[in-house]
Amino acid sequence: MASFMSLVIAGLATGAIYALIAIGFSLLWQTSQTINFAQGEFVMLPAFFVLAAINAGAPFWLAALIGLVISVIILGAMFKRLLVDPMLRHGVLPLAIATMALSIFLRESVKEFYSAEASPFPSFIPGTTIGFAGISVSLQHVGVVLVAIASVMALTALLDRTPIGRQMQACAQNPDVARILGIPVERMIMYTFLINGLLVGIASLLVSPIYLAKFSSGETLGLAAFIAAIVGGFNRIRGAIAGGFLLGIADNLAAAYVSTQYRGAVPLFLLIAVILLRPQGLFGKAEERTV
Amino acid sequence: MNKRHPFNRWLIVGAFAACLAAPAGAQDAVKLISVGELSGGGATVGTNFKNGADLAIAEINAKGGILGKKIEVTHYDSQSNPGVARGLIQRAIDEKPYAILGPGFSGSVKVTAQLTSDAGIAQVMGGEAAELTRLGMKTLFRTSFGQQSSMPKIAAYLVDEVKVKSVSMVWVNNDFGKGGRDTLSKELQARGIKIAADISTEAGQVDFAADVAKVKAAGADAVFVYLNEEESARILKEIRKADIKVPLIGETTLLGQKVIELAGEAANGVRGHVGLTTDAPVPAIQEFRKTFVTRYNYVPDHNGIKGYLSIYMIKAASEKMGKLDAKGLPDALKNLTILASKEPGILMDVTIDENGDLDRDSFLGEVVHGKQQITKILPKLKK
Repeated sequence: MASFMSLVIAGLATGAIYALIAIGFSLLWQTSQTINFAQGEFVMLPAFFVLAAINAGAPFWLAALIGLVISVIILGAMFKRLLVDPMLRHGVLPLAIATMALSIFLRESVKEFYSAEASPFPSFIPGTTIGFAGISVSLQHVGVVLVAIASVMALTALLDRTPIGRQMQACAQNPDVARILGIPVERMIMYTFLINGLLVGIASLLVSPIYLAKFSSGETLGLAAFIAAIVGGFNRIRGAIAGGFLLGIADNLAAAYVSTQYRGAVPLFLLIAVILLRPQGLFGKAEERTV
Repeated sequence: MNKRHPFNRWLIVGAFAACLAAPAGAQDAVKLISVGELSGGGATVGTNFKNGADLAIAEINAKGGILGKKIEVTHYDSQSNPGVARGLIQRAIDEKPYAILGPGFSGSVKVTAQLTSDAGIAQVMGGEAAELTRLGMKTLFRTSFGQQSSMPKIAAYLVDEVKVKSVSMVWVNNDFGKGGRDTLSKELQARGIKIAADISTEAGQVDFAADVAKVKAAGADAVFVYLNEEESARILKEIRKADIKVPLIGETTLLGQKVIELAGEAANGVRGHVGLTTDAPVPAIQEFRKTFVTRYNYVPDHNGIKGYLSIYMIKAASEKMGKLDAKGLPDALKNLTILASKEPGILMDVTIDENGDLDRDSFLGEVVHGKQQITKILPKLKK
């Protein structure tokens, strides 16, 4: 039982990171029909902003802050202005392909200008183990889960309890009506991109001490989060959160109790099952589009 | 108006002659082509190998080259992908090199060895999987021990020095990991050691919590960890989090410099057998380390030594032939003993056998306070 609980907590920690990344998929899709295939690389990149700041002499806390700010500017604002806005008017597919190209560009740039090798990454949370009710739990795993939950709660509070959040939701539901009501739709869409920049920055700070900072790390993370978003429901933030946690826990339990060899297939089995039985995702809503 | 100026004609003739002369000049050099893991999961392996090879080439060229000819090397990136490696090796063969260096991953070596063997070109590589030199290839040469040499030493170490009765094995599910796991399993079973858990992992795996939970549940006397460098570092961190106290034993990929850098304190206490290490108490290796650090500003792992040695192996075999004969190079490398007293670049005396396997000194080591310490030197098997 103790081992089971340790596995669930470790799975929750991995799942929490997937969830943060998956929320970004969901946010961008809802507000601007953007599927960002560079989302994994968006998580990889802030780690290198932080390492560059550390190498320049900044203490870790300041470097982390710098990393978050740069993420919001480059991966939020500049991403929207320089790539999404010019491409979106040509349709969703050209934009999706453009984000694929962006993912390759980001990967290769980090490899070229920083290093092809993995780099160690400092952590705010010590890697010690604590005993709790007979269960041995890593403080780092607990910390990752708590930070991720706090981030999600803050986001939910912003969306549900502030005028800006409600305007953002209105834009997501029907941008034309929102515009008639005087809501600055473009600005609200920009806010979602800035939020995505912040979320991937936080995810990067959480995952890099465990997964190491490496130019290629976004591939695995991006794919897992994309699957999590589909499994949970691409058009619902709570779906993305649930999908992330489900994937993290299922992966760990399958590896421990079924087979380590076939653990990689678990997310894909989940994906197939959801597409066959509930195409809108576990918590998503069915959407119809006129073609 | 249409009449060409005679000067132009001479200019064209001169340029054409220069073009013809360029390849002739290139043939005056010893042309090597390296195919390695410069990106992807094996970037640590390939980058170290490349840098080591480049260092040796710079040293040899500074002293006049091999038999008076300068070495020229072209590096291709396999992206740690065996399919890409195969394509690049074919391209390298088409460019008619004197010898081919790499790849470093056993899986990539396995799918390329037939090509170099058919072409009769020496392939001096970094793979360690036992089966590589049992495939019947005539032109394949190692730069480090194969698993058939290193695993018996680890088994003996586990039994004689760590004195275990049971072992949990964690290995990466690729040619390298599976080869090591198969070879060590046989050796342990022959010595009556129980394998308490047999856990395969994937390269690039995000979460090792489940694997470590299995290790903990198995309760073996020691854990044998046989993954690539980055995964080794990550699982060491996870093992420390799970508070597992039994000895962690491995091969060079567990005690390497990169693993220590990435794992930090979690690497302390790790023990095992290392075929090549820059921490070896061998003056020539210490000198190599110093030169490497000066040039690249980091401490190389064993792959850096492999790349370095590959060039000096080719140099020694060429000097044995007394000529630069690409087709004769594989035969010259076979059954060759290179003495460090005569060729200091080879760092330690080494004998290359008929199959391309090596015999030389190796080491037992332990990571103490973030540094690898050599605790014992194991002599060559055949004197």
